[in-house]
Amino acid sequence: MMLYALVRSMPADYVSLSTSSSQKITEEMRDNLRKIYGLDKGIIEGYFDWLWSALHGDLGVSLTRNRPVAEVIAEYAPVTFTVALIALILELLIAIPLGIAAARRQYSKFDYAITAFVFIGISMPIFFLAALLKKCFGPYGFSLLPISGMLTARVNYPDGMTFAKLMDYAQHLVLPITCFVVTGVGGYLRYVRTNMLDALSADYVRTARAKGLPESTVVYRHAFRNTLIPIVTILGGSLPGLFSGAAVTEGIFALEGLGNIALKASYMADIPYLMGFNMFLVVLTVIGYLITDILYAVVDPRVRLG
Amino acid sequence: MSEKEKTLELIDLKKYYPIKKGVLQKVVGHVKAVDGVSFHINKGETFGLVGESGCGKSTIGKTIIRLTPPTAGQALYKGTDIFSLDKKSLRTLRPHVQMIFQDPYSSLNPKMPVGEIIGEAVREHGIVSDKDYREYVMNIMKICGLRPYHIDRYPHEFSGGQRQRICIARSIALNPDLVIADEPVSALDVSIQAQIINLMKDIQQRNGISYLFISHDLSVVEYISDVVGVMYLGSLVELAPKKELFKHPAHPYTQALLSAVPVPDPDVKMNRVLLQGDIPSPVNPPSGCKFHTRCPYAKPICSEVTPEFKEHAPGHKCACHLYNDGSWV
Repeated sequence: MMLYALVRSMPADYVSLSTSSSQKITEEMRDNLRKIYGLDKGIIEGYFDWLWSALHGDLGVSLTRNRPVAEVIAEYAPVTFTVALIALILELLIAIPLGIAAARRQYSKFDYAITAFVFIGISMPIFFLAALLKKCFGPYGFSLLPISGMLTARVNYPDGMTFAKLMDYAQHLVLPITCFVVTGVGGYLRYVRTNMLDALSADYVRTARAKGLPESTVVYRHAFRNTLIPIVTILGGSLPGLFSGAAVTEGIFALEGLGNIALKASYMADIPYLMGFNMFLVVLTVIGYLITDILYAVVDPRVRLG
Repeated sequence: MSEKEKTLELIDLKKYYPIKKGVLQKVVGHVKAVDGVSFHINKGETFGLVGESGCGKSTIGKTIIRLTPPTAGQALYKGTDIFSLDKKSLRTLRPHVQMIFQDPYSSLNPKMPVGEIIGEAVREHGIVSDKDYREYVMNIMKICGLRPYHIDRYPHEFSGGQRQRICIARSIALNPDLVIADEPVSALDVSIQAQIINLMKDIQQRNGISYLFISHDLSVVEYISDVVGVMYLGSLVELAPKKELFKHPAHPYTQALLSAVPVPDPDVKMNRVLLQGDIPSPVNPPSGCKFHTRCPYAKPICSEVTPEFKEHAPGHKCACHLYNDGSWV
């Protein structure tokens, strides 16, 4: 409801935006168009209309794309998801070992170096980092990597996935993913480090050391397993972020993903798409927490019994 | 005494913690947690270490098994110096010297089943073959008063006393020769304390292990120990066989401690030795005898000369100027 109110309260509407450039369209024609798009109704009526059809599985038709919203989401979600998932996996692969290492050597030079890196990553605005990366690796820098789009233009690939096509995708995704990882890894790393510090100072870790277990067993089997719960918790919460947080980055690198479309949709006041996209995120949030709860049972044996 | 086999001998153990200050983390002083402690524990005997909070009892325990590095001194385990061992030989020594910690609530990994807590190190050190492993763990649990079906349960399902049984089971599962028990019963209530101490005594008789029993509870120490050492501000002030110490406490500090032990008889007139003031800071311990600031019998010499820790009667050592003039009774 809040969402609908916010989306509807935008100062412009699709009709006036899309017709503003043509002189010949009269105000009556605009009103007609508004009627077609259902924009003539008030906020409250409009909301219940939308809700009614959404409950029947119909999210409406995207105004900018002229296709059902559900179809648009289904088509572009894989792109966003692939990018975000790869980024997330990389982030975890970097954050967990480094976080553990930093915690084991708290207040050492290594720890401070990691902390400095983390704060640079967290504080760096994503558009600035993206611009920097484009400058360095793009045609004006080392000319190593493509800076926008999904595939090299003017190369005709046959339908279906070939190795060359896959490699082309991969090349295009390097910079956006780097962008995600640099800005996203910090949060996880700090989180792992903090929780590891807690676990490492716990009495049962001291017990494990006194038992004469090798240090790696102490760290990974005793300490790290106890930090998994908080880590799983934030991972579940980050599932919708995998799709939405991508908007700006996707826009900058011109990737055809959900976030980029949402960005364009909000320029054009594409209400059905924005609502559909947000509903999608809501569902993902719920699923994310469901997965979290299931994972609790995996990482915490006590939950399984209870 | 000397004809008995010594399981552990501490020689002049010191542990200082540096105090760092400022941006550059300059060392501005040291907390002298343990300042030159020497004693030994015979095979199959219990050495009780008593003293106030913060006098360095627990630090001694932790230092012996090298959970914290010592500043100076030696700890001879059957003749080999624990402090000079490298990582690898330290690990082979681990099963022989085990520790029971004070808090049975936090010292067990909450995400491990009991069998694993007890057995993990057994497997790690290869004490029994994989085939007999589960049976071995169950047997240890039985000795410690736990049921076999407890093996797959998690620590939060147990009471404090049971948890301490798990801790004990865990430590003796490795067949140690020496168990350092750091206040093993102070987190438990009195009825459970008795059970746990009796359990420890039973195990001692069965396996012939030695205990270093660290506690601030004199009645507990009196019950379990063979020899008792009294610590004050990082140093031993008195050391004697249990009976001797409780019958003839020599050091004024020991006398004060003993007079504070409650006697469960309202008719007994308590002749309390009340100590004035607080325990001084171990950063700047008083000169001479560290106890002179609170000692009811302090003489001028006490603040100038550190009294020697010497044997006044067979096995009875004491660091006090009062007895240096031959007035020992």
